[in-house]
Amino acid sequence: MENKRLNLSNSQLKWETIFKKILIAMSVLLVLIILGVLATLIKESWPSIKALGIGFLWGKVWDPVSNVYGAYPFLVGTLLTSFIALIISIPFSYAIAIYLGEYNPKGWLSDLLKNAIELIAAVPSIIYGFWGLFVLVPVIRTFEMKIGVAPYGIGVFTSSLILAVMIIPYAASLGITLIRMVPSPLKEGAYALGATRFEVIKSVIMPYTRSGLFAGVLLSLGRALGETMAVTMLIGNTSAVADSIKNAIFGPGNTMASVIANEFTEADHSEYLSALIELGLVLFFVTVVINLIGKRIITKFTNN
Amino acid sequence: MEAKIGFRNTKSVIFKGIIVFFAFIMVVPLMIILLYIIKQGIFQVNWHFLTNVPAPVGEPGGGIVNALVGSFLMVLMAAVVAIPVGMAAGIYLSENPRTKLAYYSGLCVDILQGVPSIVVGIVVYFWIVKPLGTFSAISGSVALAIMMLPIVIRSTEQTLKLLPDSLKEAALSLGVPYHRVILKVIVPCGFAGILSGITLSIARVIGETAPLLFTAFGNPYLSTSITKPMESLPHLIFTYATSPYDDWHNLAWGASFILLMFVLILNIVTKVITRKWKVQL
Repeated sequence: MENKRLNLSNSQLKWETIFKKILIAMSVLLVLIILGVLATLIKESWPSIKALGIGFLWGKVWDPVSNVYGAYPFLVGTLLTSFIALIISIPFSYAIAIYLGEYNPKGWLSDLLKNAIELIAAVPSIIYGFWGLFVLVPVIRTFEMKIGVAPYGIGVFTSSLILAVMIIPYAASLGITLIRMVPSPLKEGAYALGATRFEVIKSVIMPYTRSGLFAGVLLSLGRALGETMAVTMLIGNTSAVADSIKNAIFGPGNTMASVIANEFTEADHSEYLSALIELGLVLFFVTVVINLIGKRIITKFTNN
Repeated sequence: MEAKIGFRNTKSVIFKGIIVFFAFIMVVPLMIILLYIIKQGIFQVNWHFLTNVPAPVGEPGGGIVNALVGSFLMVLMAAVVAIPVGMAAGIYLSENPRTKLAYYSGLCVDILQGVPSIVVGIVVYFWIVKPLGTFSAISGSVALAIMMLPIVIRSTEQTLKLLPDSLKEAALSLGVPYHRVILKVIVPCGFAGILSGITLSIARVIGETAPLLFTAFGNPYLSTSITKPMESLPHLIFTYATSPYDDWHNLAWGASFILLMFVLILNIVTKVITRKWKVQL
């Protein structure tokens, strides 16, 4: 009897150790995945890094046929689409954050709006792209004819519009949480001094949440930089550098993600492939850094 | 000097008006997009559509069964891998928040959450597609599993962190071994939170196209072999939406409608779970 019990607890002990080891192994696996991603990207883009050096980033010509690779058109395209989208989306995401965080935090109307915001984030990007291609593009084409630029329809501006809708939820939902965290004694104090609601928002809530809202914008930006499918379908995929600012905004272009999506399976020689992967490496670094800064700000904010 | 109170009040009201306007105007494009997809897609869907492979150009009819089966199989395989791994890592992070490993793997979760999906596609191409020499469903699943991991891990970690320590202590004081405490007490208590994380992650990857472009690739025929290329709903939409034929566009609208319904249902399920058990994500 004694012996049996001892055996049982021994086998349980063994299981306990195994279980703990599994937990540790899975956490190590995560680290290995990230290291593996980094190693693969660097290894596969190494030929291109070695051959082209840092000049790759501002090389203006991307011509796989004559083996000339420069990332400049895609860097410009990526930054342009992301920042236009960001500028369009900020008023909306801030308004949603203020409305749901301060004016109307509870009730059916705020639930409705909150669900709508979550739905915007849930719709797959391929559906945004498809809709944009068939509904938004003709509308933009008419608009471009009215303002007197070449009526491509597709292009940087069209992608930015769709992108703006897609990234609103990221900044908005974080903003709602942060604005709700503003301590009410601060707000009550301002009201007691006779401040109106606008003044409370302007001089109490906004200064208090500024860094957190900025972090939300960074997360949105990270999303916009890496977004692939909707942009690929709408941007027009031209690797030439536009000759004027007007054409750069309204004409077709290419982003780092879209050029990879379009040309990766067509890359027929190793230098071409390697240059595309180097674009992926750049994209990886940029989005990771932006995301980590955003996350760091949020952790700092919520810990205070 | 001080502005009149009437003026300040008016300013406050106007500001509120602007905020309400900007907050609600966002619902308009969402509604336009959803209604358009439903309008274009709903009449494409019938039994024939759901049980046939796409027809060649010029032939009427055709369906999306290859994409339905493909999406289902690939997401299923991804879930089978990502859920246990993600839960184990999540349990580790919530149980040992202060170790060095927890710091680094937490950092990796943050990084993984921000990695663009197209980059995941590239990497899995070199990990699996190139050694095997062919595009395959299994490589698509691996890419999707990597995309699922951070959501599963974070929801497991957050849910378990909210549970009171007394639960665990009570079980341990009764002499229950550690693994049974976790599996029979802690995980069941946080089950709803973990489950909502899982449904959310599935809703997220079922619409992912970019990681599948270079991995599962796509296949116009019905295939259930995991070492061969396989079609998926989002990839089918991409291929047929960018084709020049009206018949194929209609097929893509129907597929978009189905995909949208899947995503909506999964999101509603998540909502119901979180509301019923009052989980906070």
